[in-house]
Amino acid sequence: MTYPFAAIVGQDEMKLAMILTAVDPGIGGVLVFGDRGTGKSTAVRALGALLPPLNMVAGCPCNSASADAVPDWVTLADDKIVSRPTPVVDLPLGVTEDRVTGALDIETALTRGEKAFQPGLLARANRGYLYIDEINLLEDHVVDLLLDVAQSGENVVEREGLSIRHPARFVLVGSGNPEEGELRPQLLDRFGLSVEVGSPSEISDRIEVIRRRDAYDRDPAAFADKWADAQNDLRARIVAGRSALPATEAGDDVLHDCAALCLALGSDGLRGELTLLRASRALAAFEGAAQATRDQLRRVAPLALRHRLRRDPLDEAGSTIRVGRAVEEVLA
Amino acid sequence: MTPWPVAVLAARAFRDDPTLCVWLRARAGPVRDAWLELVGPLRKIPVGADDDALFGGLDVAATLAGGRPVYHAGLVADTSPLILPSAERCPPDQAGRLAQVLDAGRHGLIALDEGLEGEAPPAVLTDRLGLVVDLDGIALADMTGSAETAGDTVGDPAPALIALADSLGVPGSRAPLAALRLTRTLGSTEASLTRAVELTLAPRATRLPAPPEEEEDTRRESTTPDPTDGKGQLEDRVLDAVRPALPADLLAGLGRAAKAGGDGAGDKTRGNRRGRPLPARPGRPGGRARVDLVATLRTAAPWQRLRGAEPGMRPRLRVSDIRLRRHEHRSDRLVIFAVDASGSAAAARLAEAKGAVEILLGEAYARRDHVALIGFRGTGAEILLEPTRSLVRTKRQLAGLPGGGGTPLAAGLHAGAAMAHRARLHGMAPALVVLTDGRPNITLAGQPGRQQARSDAEAMARRLRADRIDGLVIDTGNRASPALADLARDMGATCLALPRADAHALGRAVAAAL
Repeated sequence: MTYPFAAIVGQDEMKLAMILTAVDPGIGGVLVFGDRGTGKSTAVRALGALLPPLNMVAGCPCNSASADAVPDWVTLADDKIVSRPTPVVDLPLGVTEDRVTGALDIETALTRGEKAFQPGLLARANRGYLYIDEINLLEDHVVDLLLDVAQSGENVVEREGLSIRHPARFVLVGSGNPEEGELRPQLLDRFGLSVEVGSPSEISDRIEVIRRRDAYDRDPAAFADKWADAQNDLRARIVAGRSALPATEAGDDVLHDCAALCLALGSDGLRGELTLLRASRALAAFEGAAQATRDQLRRVAPLALRHRLRRDPLDEAGSTIRVGRAVEEVLA
Repeated sequence: MTPWPVAVLAARAFRDDPTLCVWLRARAGPVRDAWLELVGPLRKIPVGADDDALFGGLDVAATLAGGRPVYHAGLVADTSPLILPSAERCPPDQAGRLAQVLDAGRHGLIALDEGLEGEAPPAVLTDRLGLVVDLDGIALADMTGSAETAGDTVGDPAPALIALADSLGVPGSRAPLAALRLTRTLGSTEASLTRAVELTLAPRATRLPAPPEEEEDTRRESTTPDPTDGKGQLEDRVLDAVRPALPADLLAGLGRAAKAGGDGAGDKTRGNRRGRPLPARPGRPGGRARVDLVATLRTAAPWQRLRGAEPGMRPRLRVSDIRLRRHEHRSDRLVIFAVDASGSAAAARLAEAKGAVEILLGEAYARRDHVALIGFRGTGAEILLEPTRSLVRTKRQLAGLPGGGGTPLAAGLHAGAAMAHRARLHGMAPALVVLTDGRPNITLAGQPGRQQARSDAEAMARRLRADRIDGLVIDTGNRASPALADLARDMGATCLALPRADAHALGRAVAAAL
């Protein structure tokens, strides 16, 4: 039993980012930077219990929705459709490429002399979330690989005489502490949203954090009961948001604002604008608004843009403040 | 150092609730043995244990013998408490996996840290270890006494603990949470609260609590005792009691030197994924290891007849045949010289720096060093030599260098930091060597002003340390400047006074210091 998502104190921005990707997984990954012990892992791991369960083929290693979608290299032992929680896969630091992509199954190779594919973490994360703690310490080639797969939605394995492909559509969530190392700008840009978390500044919030966590540690079941209503309520809103999303429009003025914002901040490429637009629409859908407006745009702008600014080693102001300034100017 | 009675208390608390977890700083010895005795039976995580050992996996020997997959259970299969020896050498990947195990909240772990100064287990692990017990410095004679935790019960310890965590600058919620649980385990009294803070929050303090109210105030208060025993007083009493448990280097005025430990700039690293191939080695597949199929088959080949393999059948393999791939790669190092080209001494200093660059480059082929040169003078810094390994190019570019003008030290450091940053992105391990006589008088913005210039330089130096760029400051002045030594400390760098350094001395100093 995981800590209920709805019971997380504060950290509104991080929660909002997670909810937006739950409403529209197409927004892309989320990058969470901040101190240790601020609930990053808790929030991500809580997603599995928060999101509505998925229907999937019981025996399929990549969580396919129906028997037709199962890749041809899988020998299905069980083709019943079962309902399981949204997968949230934890990717440990120091993981090897073969564990991530999958590799030759040494077991079958040794015992039966057959060439078989052992699916990796990417297969398990299909249709769900892939969480990497300390992404800034992960080896570069693994990060490259993950981002490539996250973008294309497909994992292609060409190694040890295997030639395998399977769908791998997941939301990548990376977390880390910037004091211990930074991500390359090219990688930063590939994440849809980014969040900065810290310990709550209010003493009362900090007390509430450890009170709730302590109550949960002592009796997880009772704690989950207490928060079941809030949790169900949030789930219902996410489901409603998902179904409303296709019909949620963004007017030309919002498009224009997106472009103006990115221009003012000098963020390269179109990725910023696209994310801004999708995130605004997802927020509008989640809140039951018919149309995305400046109000939504204003709130998602820091999430969508702060990691896309050009690095200025002398500007200590921090990117959040720079985005805030630009929003004030452009949307005045 | 944790006083013995408190350490005993910690051992008892761990026995009652192993999921609190302990970061045990202790060298081998009777005190450590006695403490571990108190804790009760522990299962040891073997040094260098891979995924299979921790989480279970294929038992290769039994599988090959039986011809069908046989699995063995890992260490975390049941929840008896674990001990991790030599935690300071724990590789980050293992720490990450252990952190995942601990997050599940069913396992107890004692991380045995035998690290010398500056060595520590990975932060991802220590952050999840609730209690910090430091047995170094306890003599056998000290191992007496017991800590009392009886007394009046406190209502809800959470607010006091959070206030204490705040005043000690302990980030995150894990340490206060551990303190809360420990307070309860020890009986929810004021004394147990104090012990809990001593074991959890105090050793993680990053700043000194605000000094107690002025003497006079307390005296006046004590003459008119306040009947309402406020929360603030409880916190003050606890703070006073745990003051000896605060990290010693905090009291010395400087935070812990944030040096990257054991990253090994430019060192050889062995692995089995990339780099120059090394001969395959016997071993067990699993975790990070990859089987070298050809070498494995080659090893097995001569034995096939003895093992009764028929021609045309698949070869019979045994565990001892398995060979693993190994590779070795080195990260290249970049030595950046930031040279003060101001004033009259510039010409001589630049000439010596140039000589040192050439000497280092001469040895570079063996050591895989790259070298770059930045000069700062007048109002700013300029890159005189981009990172290179080419001696020829260096000689041509460094032929004639101008000197004179003010000393924009901050600008020099900034240019060095920017170059180091770029180098890191290319997978190099940068180090910055600063040659100056340490009298900055030009600010980062290029304006004259001694005061501002100095504080700019200090700010840049702290940035360099935060970025963990190795450094060396060489004082070329005729008299050693204390301000420069301070700057070097801000940078986390060594400071060397070499008043009349020639190129050879400089080259030797750099090679020795970095």
